[in-house]
Amino acid sequence: MGEFTLWDILRNLLLALRWTVVLSLIAFVGGGVVGALLLALRLRGGRLTERLIAGYVQLFQGTPLLMQLFLAYFGIALLGVDVSAWTAAAVALTLYTSAFLTEIWRGCVATIPRGQWEASGSLALSFGEQLRHVILPQAVRIAIAPTVGFLVQVIKGTALASVIGFVEVTKAGSMIANVTFRPFTVFACVALMYFALCFPVSLCARHLERKTRGSRP
Amino acid sequence: MAAVLDVPSHVQPGAPIVRITALKKSYGANQVLKGIDLEVLRGEVIAIIGKSGSGKSTLLRCINGLEAFQEGALTVDAKPLLHESAAAMRELRQRVGMIFQSFNLFPHLTVGRNVMLAPTLVKKRAKPEAEAQARKLLARVGLAEKFDAMPDQLSGGQQQRVAIARALAMEPAVLLCDEITSALDPELVGEVLRVVESLADEGMTLLMVTHEMNFARKVSDRVIFMHQGRVHEMGPPAELFGSPRTPELKQFLSSLHD
Repeated sequence: MGEFTLWDILRNLLLALRWTVVLSLIAFVGGGVVGALLLALRLRGGRLTERLIAGYVQLFQGTPLLMQLFLAYFGIALLGVDVSAWTAAAVALTLYTSAFLTEIWRGCVATIPRGQWEASGSLALSFGEQLRHVILPQAVRIAIAPTVGFLVQVIKGTALASVIGFVEVTKAGSMIANVTFRPFTVFACVALMYFALCFPVSLCARHLERKTRGSRP
Repeated sequence: MAAVLDVPSHVQPGAPIVRITALKKSYGANQVLKGIDLEVLRGEVIAIIGKSGSGKSTLLRCINGLEAFQEGALTVDAKPLLHESAAAMRELRQRVGMIFQSFNLFPHLTVGRNVMLAPTLVKKRAKPEAEAQARKLLARVGLAEKFDAMPDQLSGGQQQRVAIARALAMEPAVLLCDEITSALDPELVGEVLRVVESLADEGMTLLMVTHEMNFARKVSDRVIFMHQGRVHEMGPPAELFGSPRTPELKQFLSSLHD
């Protein structure tokens, strides 16, 4: 084995960073879609639906993501289905994200005054029309900042997928540290890469927040 | 407003447009409406007065299904109010417009689009047609130049007039007004009441919960005094305000002058 140059380290980390990005995107998109569906069910459905979804949210908010990843990886295997680390990580992160997003969004919808539902309802708009044309356009404006803020947590949360053997940037970092014997350099690079991913997202959240808090239209 | 006077073919002329029979409504153990019977004729203007908590707003909100009631029946244009049926509710709400104390304009839409939204969605009206109608209605409430303004740029009185135009855009047969001037500064009340009065003059059926006794006396054909969830006294305004029969109404009227 030859010497590892800094470039070698960076190059390998960057290759692994792709999987962090892909995993984050899967969590955003999957979690967003499932979260939105749960939100619609919650707004529409009766008390039982509300309870079930509240339970789902509590379950994912009340347990560590690490456990959820373990359970997804080993639990699904117990059912006789062979899951790759990929699938397990994607499923666990999607469910985790959906639970948080549906709760964040429910809070945003709840801040829309009841009068908006009543006025649109008495104009004979259907539930879907009320949601699409009256409630969501107002709720989205409130939701942007906390949603983007949570997405930063998700990006960092993907690091935990390393425990089930998924090779993203953290896992790659520890593997490279093991062969190069330069853990500080390697993990400093890993940390910088996370920062490079998260910081723009945070900036964007702050920008959007300022924009939505200012002029209303 | 020819549309307002169009009578559906299944309704006999002279038949009441709103018919409420033995309507009871409770919040949990608390019964707020204890059996209401009321018939509203086409073109009639009815003022509902009474203390807060007498059930007058709740009654109004039952008529377009914003509140569900447990017993009794309610029909609009001979069509019964069915809470379970989304299609029936949609049908009924197209016949019944409502204006709220707190205006409830959609803050993210311009004034013009506030008025156009329901006709384009529910009545599937084409954009240019809906826009022309919205401009006409806004002109009618004296706000022609505000078509492109946002609601929060308007005064309370202007917002309420937009809300009236928005309700009229659905061409309702009945208009419910729930204390529509209570949230307004005193100097803005007049402009809203003038619009309502012009609607009454044009033959719109109006049911209004109001604290403006002079207005109720001047505009309404019939005044209803509600007390503890019942219609306590009912009659032409001159009679009701001039010679109240029950002690409760006497007390209510005298309390207004204190």
